[in-house]
Amino acid sequence: MATTVVTDAPASDPVRRARRTTVRRTAGVGWAMLAPAAVLMIVFLIIPILLTFGLAFTNARLISPVPAKFIGIDNFVRLFGSATFWKSLLNTVIFAIVIVPVQSGLALVLALLVNAKVRGTNFFRTVYFLPVVTSMVVVSMLWMFMYQQNGLINALLGRLGIVGPDWLGDSRTALFALIVMSAWQAMGFHMVIWLSGLQTIPGELYEAASLDGASTWQQFAHVTWPGLLQTRTFILITITIAAFSLFTQVNVMTQGGPLDSTSTVVFQAVRTGFQQQQTGYASSISLVFFVIVLAVSLVQRYLTRDKELKR
Amino acid sequence: MPVTLKKIAVAATAMTLAMSLGACSKGGSTPASPAPGGSGSSGAAASEISMWTHNAGNKDELAAIQTIVDDFNGSQAQYKVKLQAFPQESYNQSVTAAASAKKLPCLLDIDQPNVANWAWAGYLAPITGMDDTLSKYLPSTVAKYNGKTYAYGYYDVSLTWVTRKSILDEFGIRVPTIEQPWKADEFMAALKKVKDSGKYANAADIATGWTGEWWPYGFSPLLQSFGGDLINRTDYKTADGVLNGDKAVAWATWFQNLAKDGYIAKKSGSDPSQDFMNGKSAFLWNGSWTAVPVREKFSDVVFAPPVDFGNGGKVGGGSWTWGQSAQCSNPEAAAAYLKFASADKYVALVAQKTNNIPTTDEAAKLVPGFEPGGVNDVFRQYSKKFTVMRPETPGYPYIATAFEKTAKDILNGADPKTSLDALVKDINTNQQQYS
Repeated sequence: MATTVVTDAPASDPVRRARRTTVRRTAGVGWAMLAPAAVLMIVFLIIPILLTFGLAFTNARLISPVPAKFIGIDNFVRLFGSATFWKSLLNTVIFAIVIVPVQSGLALVLALLVNAKVRGTNFFRTVYFLPVVTSMVVVSMLWMFMYQQNGLINALLGRLGIVGPDWLGDSRTALFALIVMSAWQAMGFHMVIWLSGLQTIPGELYEAASLDGASTWQQFAHVTWPGLLQTRTFILITITIAAFSLFTQVNVMTQGGPLDSTSTVVFQAVRTGFQQQQTGYASSISLVFFVIVLAVSLVQRYLTRDKELKR
Repeated sequence: MPVTLKKIAVAATAMTLAMSLGACSKGGSTPASPAPGGSGSSGAAASEISMWTHNAGNKDELAAIQTIVDDFNGSQAQYKVKLQAFPQESYNQSVTAAASAKKLPCLLDIDQPNVANWAWAGYLAPITGMDDTLSKYLPSTVAKYNGKTYAYGYYDVSLTWVTRKSILDEFGIRVPTIEQPWKADEFMAALKKVKDSGKYANAADIATGWTGEWWPYGFSPLLQSFGGDLINRTDYKTADGVLNGDKAVAWATWFQNLAKDGYIAKKSGSDPSQDFMNGKSAFLWNGSWTAVPVREKFSDVVFAPPVDFGNGGKVGGGSWTWGQSAQCSNPEAAAAYLKFASADKYVALVAQKTNNIPTTDEAAKLVPGFEPGGVNDVFRQYSKKFTVMRPETPGYPYIATAFEKTAKDILNGADPKTSLDALVKDINTNQQQYS
């Protein structure tokens, strides 16, 4: 033992040096690997967010020979006095409140279905996932045709003797129509996440439960549901954020109409900033949106973390 | 583990490769890239200037413009114009981006309603010394702002009520002429007859399914025919009184009732001309661009003049125009091209390729159909007689989108007076910054 220590001792210096350089080298590699993502994040996320903060208090315009002027909180005063903004915010909130449980619930049902050990599950997994890989613009166009007064959906309803409304043209049904279509499109994505959650639950737990005589429902309530805690938190937060940023469907299908019934905060920001060239005002909308999303996700994180501690 | 690492490495390499390739191809198409071979700016050779157009997707128009450029380059050795085509969807963004980077080309085409905005923003330089030539152009194809000419176009389009002689005869409706267009009552009575017959899904189709510029282009002439307008044109400072006065409210109420009473669809199909040809509507409010396909389908088409709702018939005006940028390093070259390209034969060439109304009388004689008495001559006459330009103010892009939204709301049942008052307030706020 002693000899080995002695023989090792002189060698230890270069080894340590070598190790230190290795550490430094790995750190270097780490930074290098981080760099592309970091650069993209800084250029396309951090800097624009900072710019938004600044621009929101100016009268900056997309096209203008006059430099932007600081105008204090004028943009916010105008925003909070705008009926379209409150309507857009309400629509966004309704959309989020409805779509979070509906979409995650249906996705869970799908996940449970395709998780069953029967033949052909891969086929169904693919089918349910197809809408996700299809471009949202394409999906919106297709649903627009289906929602037409004489479209597929009303034709089917007609078979049942129901005269369907002009789904997207009626301010009472337009938002509902968007919700259904959006849930259908994004469901597959969350199904896959649920599925991954389901497959992390060890099979022994189910075996033990069935030995104890637990019914299928009891197995779900006491094994599956608690086992999906992490997945649930993740899905809740991602759907909520996605729901708040609702834009593509609105832009393609309704342009916020009829009578602002499908206008959303992001849509209003894009319309104001690009079509109407009011960069400053659009920035203030984005800033308000940013604060709202931040608050909602903080609340959600707080609530979910609390539960974790209790268990 | 080694497998995964290897996979990651391969994937990463592939990504980098793809990104660098992407960057390459991007770089290649960037207008700012130096001219190949460096042939441009060397003193001995012709000095090269670049020219942008939105016509990447319009094969015929692009070919016509290329012909003019080739002719110009062949006609003299001093200057050389290099044409660069962009897809229309991203053209305006490209110009805006280039302007902020001070990389605008010398020559560019501009959608007429944007001219005032871009001139105000300092993108465009006024065209001088062409007054004689341009005085022969249709006024709607010469884009002005603050008394200066900034761009000219080869053609215009007109709006028209498309219907068929057989339809008019069947319902006992008078065939209108340019001197005696339909009056409001006459037109509404005609719509009622057609609607009551139940033969058409919609008595009229005014393309409410389209979005964007069509709304101000297609529907503000109706408003103007009622006696209202988008803005008070004496100083372009306020819309008060013209856009929310009695006449404007009368227009809005009429517009709303068209849908409420079932004469039009609140949201028509994506191709109203096709629907008209399939017998779904009896009257079609559309641009003269629809003439070619409709004539192919029916031999008895009537292109009726705009209905007179009290203040005379009105149609929109202004299409794509050409001008020179304020960032051009060689303004003489740009001016020389603009002069060269304004000749009647080029007006005729572009108008013919695009099936649009040639802007000069001389050119009209050269384009089959547009010669006096030709089948398309009516459009030229409508354009001459009924055109009201979209307001030539830098605030137009705002007015256009705000008007579209309000008109849609009104069509969907919003209160006309309240909506118009709100619209006027918004437009006035926006106009303040231009004073």
